[in-house]
Amino acid sequence: MKIARYLCLAALCATSLFASLPASAQETVKIGLILPMTGPFASTGRQIETAVKLYMQQKGATVAGKKIELIVKDDGGVADTTRRIAQELVLNDKVAFLAGFGLTPLALATAPIATQAKVPMIVMAAATSAITEQSPFITRTGFTLPQVTQPMAEWAAKNGIKKVVTLVTDYGPGIDAETTFKKVFTAAGGEVLDSLRVPLRNPDFAPFLQKVHDLAPNAVFVFVPSGVGSIFMKQFTERGLDKSGIRLLGTGDVTDDDILNDMGDVALGVVTTFHYSAAHPSAANKSYVEAFGKASNGMRPNFHSLGGYDGMALIYHAVEATKGSTDGEALMNAMKGYTWESPRGPISIDPATREIVQNVYVRKVERANGQLYNVEFQTIPSVKDPGKTAK
Amino acid sequence: MLTILFDGIAYGMLLFMLACGLAVTLGLMNFVNLAHGAFAMAGGYLTAVLTNRLGVPFLASLPLAFLFAAALGAILEPTLYRRLYRRPHLDQVLFSIGLVFMAIAAVDYFFGAQQQFVRLPAFLKSRFEVGGIGIGAYRLFIIAVCGVLTIALQLTLLHTRFGSRLRAAVDDPRVAAGLGIDVNRIFLSTFAVGSGLAGLGGALGAEILGLDPTFPLKFMLYFLLVVAVGGTTTITGPLLASLLLGVADVAGKYYVPKLGAFIIYCVMIAVLMVRPQGLFARIGAR
Repeated sequence: MKIARYLCLAALCATSLFASLPASAQETVKIGLILPMTGPFASTGRQIETAVKLYMQQKGATVAGKKIELIVKDDGGVADTTRRIAQELVLNDKVAFLAGFGLTPLALATAPIATQAKVPMIVMAAATSAITEQSPFITRTGFTLPQVTQPMAEWAAKNGIKKVVTLVTDYGPGIDAETTFKKVFTAAGGEVLDSLRVPLRNPDFAPFLQKVHDLAPNAVFVFVPSGVGSIFMKQFTERGLDKSGIRLLGTGDVTDDDILNDMGDVALGVVTTFHYSAAHPSAANKSYVEAFGKASNGMRPNFHSLGGYDGMALIYHAVEATKGSTDGEALMNAMKGYTWESPRGPISIDPATREIVQNVYVRKVERANGQLYNVEFQTIPSVKDPGKTAK
Repeated sequence: MLTILFDGIAYGMLLFMLACGLAVTLGLMNFVNLAHGAFAMAGGYLTAVLTNRLGVPFLASLPLAFLFAAALGAILEPTLYRRLYRRPHLDQVLFSIGLVFMAIAAVDYFFGAQQQFVRLPAFLKSRFEVGGIGIGAYRLFIIAVCGVLTIALQLTLLHTRFGSRLRAAVDDPRVAAGLGIDVNRIFLSTFAVGSGLAGLGGALGAEILGLDPTFPLKFMLYFLLVVAVGGTTTITGPLLASLLLGVADVAGKYYVPKLGAFIIYCVMIAVLMVRPQGLFARIGAR
């Protein structure tokens, strides 16, 4: 009985392999989009998926005579799953691109597959600096934490803030943010009184905020993953830290466009640096926000959505430039150095590091038309990722 | 630092509110209900919907959260849970963890994966100082509500007819039934009250702990810690355990932030080494 069952299984596998062969004919270019569509990071997945589909709907699904086919897979935010799915996409579906990757560990787990299979991997959300160094086939259309942190530290030093406590979530991007802030801020003459690291799975910020309160700095620099930002903000005001003259600085994850409106007035006046705000004043962005809202039942696009949207722009460009080739190296070469105009402003791919170069904006939360927005008031043009080692 | 102590107690009280229902089902009814957090989540989401979308005042939404979670428990107990009372614990664990995943998926489907927010009335957002201790009004409110409920629970269990019937039904359901006690109904109401308390805890905790579809999984560990440390035979056990864990957690994170996340586990290990049955265990029970 057992043997028969195994035989059946084997037969099934064989047929499914054969079935997938004709589909990988030369006429389509497949993109494997791996996203956390369920679990705590599902909002990232949803934002990116909407943006990617929006791009395909706007620009059509044919590039250089090839049909672009999108395969969306859910990894639930688990690195093992991401790796397995990536493997299946490469082996069975013969995808020409791997894209998505909501979190750093998910991208790191897939890097070896990109290298071995020579399949370009477009990181749309994960933001630890080191990711692009893991494989020559990785490029990024999101952002890196050091990239958006450096301007914050510079801005703070220039605006009369002398003493800062950093408070970050204890994982890759958090530590990136902490190190960058410390380095840039102390170099500019500021003082970091203490660096607090909050466990990733942390239900209550009370003790950390109390510590910040007792250290009495001019400002606290915060990085927390986007959903947690709201809880942090509430407890920050609840503890009266805003009234005791401690300013709240952070990267834009804290005031994520996706949830900013629900935070209420506690978010008003928070200064952050980031690469995208839904309130970015450009015609391209206005029409993007509008189209995104239509495609998603009124959702506001956040920075992750841009990673997806621009990722698709990059893929379309690469396929166009190689005249529909699916050769990984040719595609990578086509992507290096590409410069284009995104709803977030001008961006390009650094040919040396395959890392995105983009404007970073200093923003402040304000109320406009009854809604909360990150309103940009200063631009730092073409910021490269300062987190790259020896660059 | 008394502020730390105060925050710790508030946090502990919240943990207790969330976990005491589990202590009741696990200790009194001998049923491993890992889906307990799902009831807490139900209460939390109800409050979020009521206060944000329908404009119900926060204070009025709290009893509704209790009733809603309790009603949910009262529906699920006879339909699903009852058939598993006599099954081995592994079956119960598998069953209830399955429920957790279903609850997560359902909430995700209807509300999305993002954090939900509960808008507090202004008087609960204030903060004042008493003798150098910074006190957040909301945390004080939590302590008060949980304190009152704890006393009420303890009195009900020990000094009412219902309490003694419940204890009898747990000790020996057959004999209790023979004496004319409607065991099924007692279990049903106990389960409903336990779920209701979780719902109330979820509603109260949304502000401090956050509320998203993974809530039941995120806090399952904390519930289990409380129950493991406190023992499951009394109400005072989990109460003291919650307070201990709450204060240890908050103080640990304040004084040694680098070790902060581990402190509560250390406390748990230490307690269990000395008292493997938990702080308060009936000797020779089961």
